[in-house]
Amino acid sequence: MSSLFSSLKMMTKGAMRCVLITNHLKFFETIGNFQLLQVTVRDALNQAMDEELERDERVFLLGEEVAQYDGAYKVSRGLWKKYGDKRIIDTPISEMGFAGIAVGAAMAGLRPICEFMTFNFSMQAIDQVINSAAKTCYMSAGLQAVPIVFRGPNGASAGVAAQHSQCFAAWYGHCPGLKVVSPWNSEDARGLLKSAIRDDNPVVVLENELMYGVAFEVSEQGLSKDFTIPIGKAKVERPGNHVTLVSHSRMVGHCLDAAAVLAKEGIECEVINLRTIRPLDVETIEASVVKTNHLITVEGGWPQFGVGAEICARIMEGPAFNYLDAPVIRVTGVDIPMPYAKILEDNSTPQIKDIIFSVKKTLNM
Amino acid sequence: MLIACSAIYCLKNVRSADVISIVFNLLLCTHPFKKCELHRLDQGPPTQALLTREQGLKYYRTMQTMRRMELKADQLYKQKIIRGFCHLYDGQEACAVGIEAGINPSDHLITAYRAHGYTYTRGVSVKEILAELTGRRGGVAKGKGGSMHMYAKHFYGGNGIVGAQVPLGAGLALACQYKGNNEVCVTLYGDGAANQGQIFESFNMAALWKLPCIFICENNKYGMGTSVERASASTDYFKRGDFIPGLKVDGMDVLTVREATKFAADYCRSGKGPILMELETYRYHGHSMSDPGVSYRTREEIQEVRSKSDPISMLKDRMISNNMASLEEIKEIDVEIRKEIEEAAQFATSDPEPPLEELCNHIFYNEPPMEVRGTNPWSKLKSIS
Repeated sequence: MSSLFSSLKMMTKGAMRCVLITNHLKFFETIGNFQLLQVTVRDALNQAMDEELERDERVFLLGEEVAQYDGAYKVSRGLWKKYGDKRIIDTPISEMGFAGIAVGAAMAGLRPICEFMTFNFSMQAIDQVINSAAKTCYMSAGLQAVPIVFRGPNGASAGVAAQHSQCFAAWYGHCPGLKVVSPWNSEDARGLLKSAIRDDNPVVVLENELMYGVAFEVSEQGLSKDFTIPIGKAKVERPGNHVTLVSHSRMVGHCLDAAAVLAKEGIECEVINLRTIRPLDVETIEASVVKTNHLITVEGGWPQFGVGAEICARIMEGPAFNYLDAPVIRVTGVDIPMPYAKILEDNSTPQIKDIIFSVKKTLNM
Repeated sequence: MLIACSAIYCLKNVRSADVISIVFNLLLCTHPFKKCELHRLDQGPPTQALLTREQGLKYYRTMQTMRRMELKADQLYKQKIIRGFCHLYDGQEACAVGIEAGINPSDHLITAYRAHGYTYTRGVSVKEILAELTGRRGGVAKGKGGSMHMYAKHFYGGNGIVGAQVPLGAGLALACQYKGNNEVCVTLYGDGAANQGQIFESFNMAALWKLPCIFICENNKYGMGTSVERASASTDYFKRGDFIPGLKVDGMDVLTVREATKFAADYCRSGKGPILMELETYRYHGHSMSDPGVSYRTREEIQEVRSKSDPISMLKDRMISNNMASLEEIKEIDVEIRKEIEEAAQFATSDPEPPLEELCNHIFYNEPPMEVRGTNPWSKLKSIS
């Protein structure tokens, strides 16, 4: 009876936050003294935007279907109802136009969140992202800031075929003047999006559609209104001694799953969640390699000139090279446009067995 | 008229010469200029305007300064002291000066790469402009931007990608609307850019959301080496906004441009949404300094415009024939301007280049210092914002 009562007390304490999380609240867990809530990545992004919209009236969201449709993937659900037409703006299908408009608004001192329905469509607007947003602070020698966020789902989805499945981490990660983040779980999503919105510079937030519906535990600290994750800092999700697995976005989950399987065979993987693509946190990777002597990068994108390729180069150029007992291995998407048939699609991106295979290969097992 | 004269006479700080000229202005300033062709507008800007002596001298001085500045840039480029891109504005001065006269300093303006004139009218000194062209630390962007990337308060460049500045301008207008500050944004583009898809995307959104944006097409008849007839299925640029009302304006007459701009600004400020202005103008130089400008047009054509429609000569003649200024006075102004330009050029050629320590600065805004990879792995450069 008393435990029920204390649960109820804790529920009302968390009532405010629960209201925000609404229908997708999975269940409420208490572990020890810490309150942990199950929050989907979608709701985490939604909360983050809601809180930042409330905190700073210069923040606004624009993109296709973000308002009345509640977001093509429902990420902006409820925001238009709460904030109205002025701050949640439905645009026509004009990526280059509305991305440019967002950049112009940022130049005038507002803080826009520009949503691309998927980053595949950002290719239409990439000139505005790079030439108008990323380079302007430098070209103006600091006179003109561009405090803008470009966000949306990136990379492979399920059955959407070649034109809707490209990963843009490498393309955007290539450009100075941009910050590029790639959240994996709900805490990442909340903290990185909030940091991105508060940042005075152009930030590209590469979300993942397949992760939107996945729930993760978020700590009370992670749910606080001022919770931010620093851009440019990776996180060690799982410590280990035998091999380092570095990944970003959805593949982090695959790495952790592979690590669980490998642990049964006595192989302890250290799994690093990059969280940020640019600037890359090489120090965290190096510190890990010094410990494990083996490195594998895992990404959904194509191999050539990709995130893994960059990590390889950086490790070779730095002090960790001397600690490698084997060359760095890249596990990547297959070097093809994404096919449609399920069996083909499944075999186009890294599976858990590919990671396990690569670990055993690099450890000479 | 008499009441007006005596009212003016009562103003304490007015010189008698000024009074006389104002009187003459009131009598003669109704110098009619070409009526604007209209699109989806019942009424256009007034066909006559009041020009005071003070205004006339100011416009003359500004235009002449811009002219001499551009010619100095031409000279410095030929001496290889300016390098890379240099797109000169001489011939089009009335556009920049007329527009500035029709808006407030608190309004916003964005243009493409032929931007030196606007950089000046928006408040940057000739010294800082020339020093930016010569790539020195005293340049407005510390030498990091160059010809196409100069910025000032409420002036957003200077944009190198043809047409990209138009959505930016619509976004600036959105910010004006969002903030509710009654400001407008002047968004300029050329006849070449007029065929860019993103401009039509901007038209659509600006009209849909009634953004306070004055779209201005500076039609100087040539997009690089392609004449308007060879580039556009429709050369009625003022109509290309379709559902956006438009007007075609003689861009060689500073007063016409001013009145049209005022008209357009009032239109936008009243909340009616965007408006489009086509300014018919002409550039004497080629597209850029690497274009002699005579392979796609005749020298005769250039000479004809110079002799019959030069904006500075036209204003000068108007002022002298209306006794608003004397030839000596104008000559004096010319001498002053020449001196100013010489001094600015002197600065621009003697000021040192930016220090190498500056190489990686200003990548980000308001950011703690960070490291930037140099050309080789051992080269770790410092970046502060």
